[in-house]
Amino acid sequence: MTTLVEARGLKKRFGDMTAVDDVSLSVARGEVVGFLGPNGAGKSTTMKMITGFLEPDTGTAEVGGHDVWRDPTSAKAKLGYLPEGAPAYGDMPVADFLSFVGKMRGLRKAELNNRLAEMADRVRLTEVWSRPIEALSKGYRRRVGIAQALIHDPDVLILDEPTDGLDPNQKHEMRNLIREIAPNKSIIVSTHILEEVEAVCSRAVIIAAGRVVADATPRDLVGSKDDGRAIQIRIGSPEEASVIEKIKPLADGAELEVMERMNGSTRVLLRYNDKPEDTRAIETRLKSADLPVEEVGIYRPRLEDVFRDVTTRIH
Amino acid sequence: MTASLSSVSVVFGREFRAYFATPLAAIFLVVFLALAGAMTFFVSGFFARGSADMAAFFTWMPWLFLVLLPAIGMRLWAEERRSGTIELLMTMPVAPWTIVLGKFLAGWAFTGVALALTTPLWITVNWLGSPDNGVIAAGYLGTFLMAGAFLAIAACISTLTKNQVIAFISAAIVTFLLVTAGLELVLGAIRGWAPYWMTEAVAALSVLEHFQRITQGLIEAPTLIFFGSLIVLALMINTFLVDLKKAQ
Ligand SMILES: Nc1ncnc2c1ncn2[C@@H]1O[C@H](COP(=O)(O)OP(=O)(O)OP(=O)(O)O)[C@@H](O)[C@H]1O
Ligand SMILES: [Mg+2]
Repeated sequence: MTTLVEARGLKKRFGDMTAVDDVSLSVARGEVVGFLGPNGAGKSTTMKMITGFLEPDTGTAEVGGHDVWRDPTSAKAKLGYLPEGAPAYGDMPVADFLSFVGKMRGLRKAELNNRLAEMADRVRLTEVWSRPIEALSKGYRRRVGIAQALIHDPDVLILDEPTDGLDPNQKHEMRNLIREIAPNKSIIVSTHILEEVEAVCSRAVIIAAGRVVADATPRDLVGSKDDGRAIQIRIGSPEEASVIEKIKPLADGAELEVMERMNGSTRVLLRYNDKPEDTRAIETRLKSADLPVEEVGIYRPRLEDVFRDVTTRIH
Repeated sequence: MTASLSSVSVVFGREFRAYFATPLAAIFLVVFLALAGAMTFFVSGFFARGSADMAAFFTWMPWLFLVLLPAIGMRLWAEERRSGTIELLMTMPVAPWTIVLGKFLAGWAFTGVALALTTPLWITVNWLGSPDNGVIAAGYLGTFLMAGAFLAIAACISTLTKNQVIAFISAAIVTFLLVTAGLELVLGAIRGWAPYWMTEAVAALSVLEHFQRITQGLIEAPTLIFFGSLIVLALMINTFLVDLKKAQ
């Protein structure tokens, strides 16, 4: 497989703060990498370095085999980029804006017209085609940003939060679009929506505090935490402390952890060093202690749990 | 080379149209024409002078331009930085200088439109008497060159901020200093304490000196070089500053 994006040891400091600390990333043709991390983790900064907008303090980035700093024009020609917040010239009508970007990207008249028509259709912009961008809704503006990144049918696509601000239908369409174009491109998408990663990404890269803390397929990421040695309990009571107190004596040899509280119930995890106890036995014991048990089962981690785990723990 | 030319012209096209995207351009042109007219006719007494030339008009241009060109140049980069579109622009597969040049030329062309709208005055002068049209043409050339220098400086300064108002005020101050550098008032104040070479250097920066010579019909190499190098230098600094400030 051809590697279209190759970043090695990217580092960037802002003042005393290290925003990106030794990030390496390689993306092959056909891969869709989900770039995850808490706010301020350094996702956008990393993307800016790969696109050649921001110069790294150390490290290199190659796009389509061209070094972004030594041969910026060739590298940038291979690239479509949606910057964070989907900036665009508000006073321009959608058509003029896309045509401007297409011309800057070297498209000639006939080809440009073809691509414009394709964008109008595929990204569904026909309705707003001649409206000024500043008059569009947030979702449409984001779509204009995507169309702009796709106008020259680039090999490499870097999208910083492409689905931010889209309604559920638009999100769904966006994922379909990404899936459709994915086979012959390298795509990096940053997002805070984890189900999106499971839906479209062949790989998830999680960064925290500027460092890569996980890099695997979403399935493997979840699998790595799934050792079958934990039991998940849902209790119909929002009072975390008292729930813990009551469960503790009933779950011998387990380490207790509150996963989350929602809709009046608390999710508690019992981690065992070895094979866990039988779930039915636990359920019976909890029930006889008058706890409002809603569910007891072997814990199957979700991507969200893995995300929280790797981004909040210090390794 | 053709790629560079085409990116200059694509940027030029977008920027030039952007001036007319809002009513601001029309307002600007009206204000310019009104001010130029008022200065020429009322302050300088165009008709009372009784001579068929446009000196009354050109005299005011440096002073008008030190306000008007910062207004034309202020949005060129400050607005790109404020809205974040600079991130799109600087990740296009083109050399940054072509973007700098395209933007500058768009602003300069807009100034050209403003100047072209004053040609009725030229026609009027010809109708009233028989002026030396060569001198007037030289005056227009000088005015246009001076506008280019002021605009290049304003564009350069607009890279330093995301705020157009700050860009405007800073550029107006710098061009004001450039215009007044040759005035005896300023030179006298420096001469008291500064070494001789410094006084000379400040005097050499004087836009007024060069402008007055060209509006008298003297199209001389030093004047062309003066305005030309001001423009080139400002645009080179502009390219450097865009790269330095784009991500801040
Ligand atoms: N131009 C800048 N000057 C100073 N600090 C910056 C600059 N850009 C980013 N930072 C800092 O670098 C860190 C990483 O920011 P970055 O925007 O890359 O995070 P992110 O992962 O994209 O976050 P989010 O999910 O909120 O978009 C943050 O702490 C941010 O404040
Ligand atoms: Mg970000």
